[in-house]
Amino acid sequence: MLDKNGIAKRIAQELEDGWYVNLGIGIPTLVANYIPDGIDVTFQSENGLLGMGPFPTEDQVDADLINAGKQTITTRPGSVFFDSSTSFGMIRAGKVQLTVLGAMEVDQNGDIANWKIPGKMVKGMGGAMDLVASAENIIVAMMHTNKAGESKLLEKCTLPLTGVNCITKVVTNLALLEVKDGAFVLKERALGVTVDEIKEATAGKLIIEGEIPEMKL
Amino acid sequence: MINKVVANAEEAIEGIESGMTLMLGGFGLCGIPEKCIAALAAKPEIKDLTCISNNAGVDDFGLGFLLKNKQIKKMISSYVGENDEFERQMLSGELEVELTPQGTLAEKCRAGGAGIPAFFTPAGYGTEIAEGKEVREYNGKKYILEESFVSDFSIVKAWKGDTKGNLIFKATARNFNPIMAMAGTITIAEVEELVEAGELDPNEIHTPGIFVHRIFEGKNYEKRIEQRTVRG
Repeated sequence: MLDKNGIAKRIAQELEDGWYVNLGIGIPTLVANYIPDGIDVTFQSENGLLGMGPFPTEDQVDADLINAGKQTITTRPGSVFFDSSTSFGMIRAGKVQLTVLGAMEVDQNGDIANWKIPGKMVKGMGGAMDLVASAENIIVAMMHTNKAGESKLLEKCTLPLTGVNCITKVVTNLALLEVKDGAFVLKERALGVTVDEIKEATAGKLIIEGEIPEMKL
Repeated sequence: MINKVVANAEEAIEGIESGMTLMLGGFGLCGIPEKCIAALAAKPEIKDLTCISNNAGVDDFGLGFLLKNKQIKKMISSYVGENDEFERQMLSGELEVELTPQGTLAEKCRAGGAGIPAFFTPAGYGTEIAEGKEVREYNGKKYILEESFVSDFSIVKAWKGDTKGNLIFKATARNFNPIMAMAGTITIAEVEELVEAGELDPNEIHTPGIFVHRIFEGKNYEKRIEQRTVRG
């Protein structure tokens, strides 16, 4: 089974040289720690920055320089700042090659819910609706089940949707799955996890073809 | 010659009345017009405001001051977490909240400021955001119709400005400020450094002064940080 860092590490293997990438809050943020050797990617922060660097040292902290999670950050050489409409312009126009974000639920049609629990939590969608409506390549990083042990990979999302028919891949603590033709297609198992355990934890339609290899991290 | 320079925030917000629609720049607490917000909070008789701002401040800073005074009737934002008083007023029904996808919110300001009353965007298609909105298909993809915003007053914060109202922003404190400046019937800019016209390099100006009607230099910016995160 993978921990949060393991999920991030596996997603980092999907990165290709030269890509512009937007990482959401939570597990997705950790992907930046595992960029494979020889791969150069540029991170987009939707509040208006391309070329986001690591967190600052104490004396580098600048209140005017934050990421979309409102954390203080630094820039890398070649970075650039822009306003919010330019930022979402590059997102909607598909210039950002990969979006990685967390979710409360995903379903076999590629729908995602991650912004609202009626009556309990209403914090807002931030930029998530723009991101999922636009990117070609969207990977969800999340735990396979919720705290109550219920599957988060469903036949149909039950929470208010963030976007429809948009998720291409899901990486969880148990598996890597592609979302295709109305089903989750199991591609890889996490270390030490059996196909039966993944079946047990997946409520939506699951397709298992041939031998399912273990992830190589 | 028109004089855009005012002495301070109190003078800058003259004319803001109850029931008006304001745009306020900033992302989280980064790049918010903290001097004008404080000046508005010092006038609790100005009420029933509709505030368009990406976030709603925190309990004890930024728009949190106006929420505490119950000066805001309606908030139009993309993300409103981390603010207990906001949550309380929203759940009790005292405060009306219109949550809008961040890119749509930005485009509503930019388009409003560019003379475009509405536009089609894919964000929110198939979700509750799209309810009641016209849907059109272009090249096989679905888009929803969103209407633009124009404010009575837009209040923005810049790093440098000149007496003509030209503005330069710093780092990610730029965010919504330039596009909200465009969409104001009256736009107020508070800046950290105000210089004479001609001192800023025209090549480096982000917001042309035509969009700015009042400008002043704020003193002693607090620039509070919401999530101070440092390398271990």
